[in-house]
Amino acid sequence: MTENRFFNEMEAGGGAARAPYAGYAQWFSGEDPRDLLRKSAEAETFFRRIGITFNVYGQKEAQERLIPFDIVPRIISGSEWRLLEKGIEQRVRALNAFLADIYGTQEILRSRRLPEELIARNEAFLPQMVGMVPPGGVYTHIVGTDLVRTGENEFYVLEDNARTPSGVSYMLENRETMLQMFPELFTKMKVRPVSSYPAELRRSLSECAPPNFDGSKPCVAILTPGIHNSAYFEHSFLADQMGAELVESSDLKVVDGKVQMRTTKGYKPIDVVYRRVDDDYLDPLTFNPESMLGVPGIMDVYRAGNITIANAPGTGIADDKALYSYMPDIVEFYTGEKAILKNVPTWRCSEEDSLKYVLDNLKDLVVKEVHGSGGYGMLVGPAASKKELSDFEAKLRAKPGNYVAQPTLALSTVPIMTKKGLAPRHVDLRPYVLVSPGRVHITPGGLTRVALKEGSLVVNSSQGGGTKDTWVLGD
Amino acid sequence: MRLMISHTTTYSYDRPVDYALLQLRLSPRNGPGQSVISWQSLVSGATPQVAYQDHFRNAVELVQMDEGGQTVTITSQGEVETENLNGVIGTGGKVPLWIYRGATPVTTAGPTVRRIAAGAKEALAENTLAGIHQLSSLVGEAVRYEKGTTHVATTAEEAAQAGQGVCQDQAHVLIAAARHLGLPARYVSGYLLLEGQTQQEAGHGWAEVWIDGLGWVGFDVSNEICPDDRYVRVALGRDYSEAAPVRGLRQGDATEELCVSLQVQQ
Repeated sequence: MTENRFFNEMEAGGGAARAPYAGYAQWFSGEDPRDLLRKSAEAETFFRRIGITFNVYGQKEAQERLIPFDIVPRIISGSEWRLLEKGIEQRVRALNAFLADIYGTQEILRSRRLPEELIARNEAFLPQMVGMVPPGGVYTHIVGTDLVRTGENEFYVLEDNARTPSGVSYMLENRETMLQMFPELFTKMKVRPVSSYPAELRRSLSECAPPNFDGSKPCVAILTPGIHNSAYFEHSFLADQMGAELVESSDLKVVDGKVQMRTTKGYKPIDVVYRRVDDDYLDPLTFNPESMLGVPGIMDVYRAGNITIANAPGTGIADDKALYSYMPDIVEFYTGEKAILKNVPTWRCSEEDSLKYVLDNLKDLVVKEVHGSGGYGMLVGPAASKKELSDFEAKLRAKPGNYVAQPTLALSTVPIMTKKGLAPRHVDLRPYVLVSPGRVHITPGGLTRVALKEGSLVVNSSQGGGTKDTWVLGD
Repeated sequence: MRLMISHTTTYSYDRPVDYALLQLRLSPRNGPGQSVISWQSLVSGATPQVAYQDHFRNAVELVQMDEGGQTVTITSQGEVETENLNGVIGTGGKVPLWIYRGATPVTTAGPTVRRIAAGAKEALAENTLAGIHQLSSLVGEAVRYEKGTTHVATTAEEAAQAGQGVCQDQAHVLIAAARHLGLPARYVSGYLLLEGQTQQEAGHGWAEVWIDGLGWVGFDVSNEICPDDRYVRVALGRDYSEAAPVRGLRQGDATEELCVSLQVQQ
């Protein structure tokens, strides 16, 4: 059943486990599979009880559903993690330097390392951010770098997610669940904890207090679009875990030059807002006047130095998939070093030669929308039907600039627990990165997403993916 | 030339307003051809919140209308020393030029704007400055100055089709046409001393177009000239909405009445 062309993270061949999984494999062989299946069912009950569900856009029925959880952990050795950490830190520092440059003197455009149209035609570029240095010089306070693995030492960055990475609540809840179900495993193996993430997030955001803040403990709030947002659970969970206020548009108002929150005792100023509202909806006075989700005047307060907005408005240009293809140059330009983590080779369909190649090889490629996310509007060539391929070809020809294409990567597998025992499934990894002035903190672990369907390479939860607990070993 | 300006804007409402924010761009900037000798803004019926410089280096003030109020009065006044630069503002500013090349919703060139632009192509190929002058007169001929036919949100294409509009519309048409021809262009809001009259009806607006070698050069379609020392630049943006003297957001359905009193004199 295991296809050899995919790197299996658990198996070393000949039935032996790869080193990071040795302890787990030994424990597993002593367990009764029926008990483990029963625990799988328990895990689901556990998630339902705490209320972790997920809204899927475009599905009228069963809008709220559970993301399936698999009880077999994804295990990463200490040395593998150190390499990833170095690579991610380098990349995140480069991204921040890039954003500061793009909203500053635009050296990278002057040097002609990047074509001007890439920024000029990027809708996520906000002129309103030009000449504005965000507090502490930080643009991307919270990043979720999507990684995939194709071999022993082969890691690729798939997406940088510099705008609004979601899913960190799953990292925390998956661990909590595993600790409850398999306490003995954690005494046997040295798994680095992830539970300090909310406290680290709070610390990291507090260190980015706005220039005019003169108190000792900044008031941190999470701005949510509200209960109907697909990630509302996460917003309320994080606010609770980190001891921050959870606020909606209707709770906030500009008072005395600050963004303030209505409380039973009057108004209370907010110093740092972790907003989960998109740029366009953030401030109806400056951006989309129809927005009911934002705070009128927050951009004025921001520019005047009275609040910190995390992540900074305009950060989304870094998530553009055409820009992604230039990341190796971007890393080199700002750090003077070669990129440690690999970039997936990317064809920009806006370029005539690339478009021709992509059209000729559509059935072998993954094609993504330049501004898309969440796996929506994407074509996975090898899995697509003839009709899907020809429909997509028409879309590509109509608006080539909207698309980039990448080879189908041979994503590594990690086993999941099935009724027939362990079965390999493809995975990716999203570690969570926190940036404060001068510091990049990466929680040892992250969210492993797993394609539950045999052979499937799409791990997005909106497309039927599940999750696993991710263990980084303390060796 | 020393110009004395006094500008009062009053917003009145037929019922109490619970919540309203006003973003003001009313303070003239120091810069080529003008220095601000004195300036002050007074607001009644609203409370100042923050003041800052925006991305175009416009001085911005955010004020909040007092809860339950029915009137806001904003008076800005002062003296500005001006010099005739024949419209040539030159280089400067942090905003990259390409920002001024892209069309905004109101300055998107439609068929009528494109037809006006086409008339200046030949002259432009010879000499950019002469070409823009040509374009400016073409816009003036195509869009006659006529009050009351357009509103603040009228697009360049709509004004061009109607063949009439006010200074804002003429400037938008010129901007849309210039951008269509590949030239960076922007909107300027400000004041103009009209000889022989102290009392002005409204603030003025004109366009600036980027010409390699010269930098930004102002063109006032309405008066068929490049701005001289009778002009005071206050704010700029990609179109009127970004340079507007007042941008507001209000909750509730009160009916608004606007009253402007403006004096510009030597």
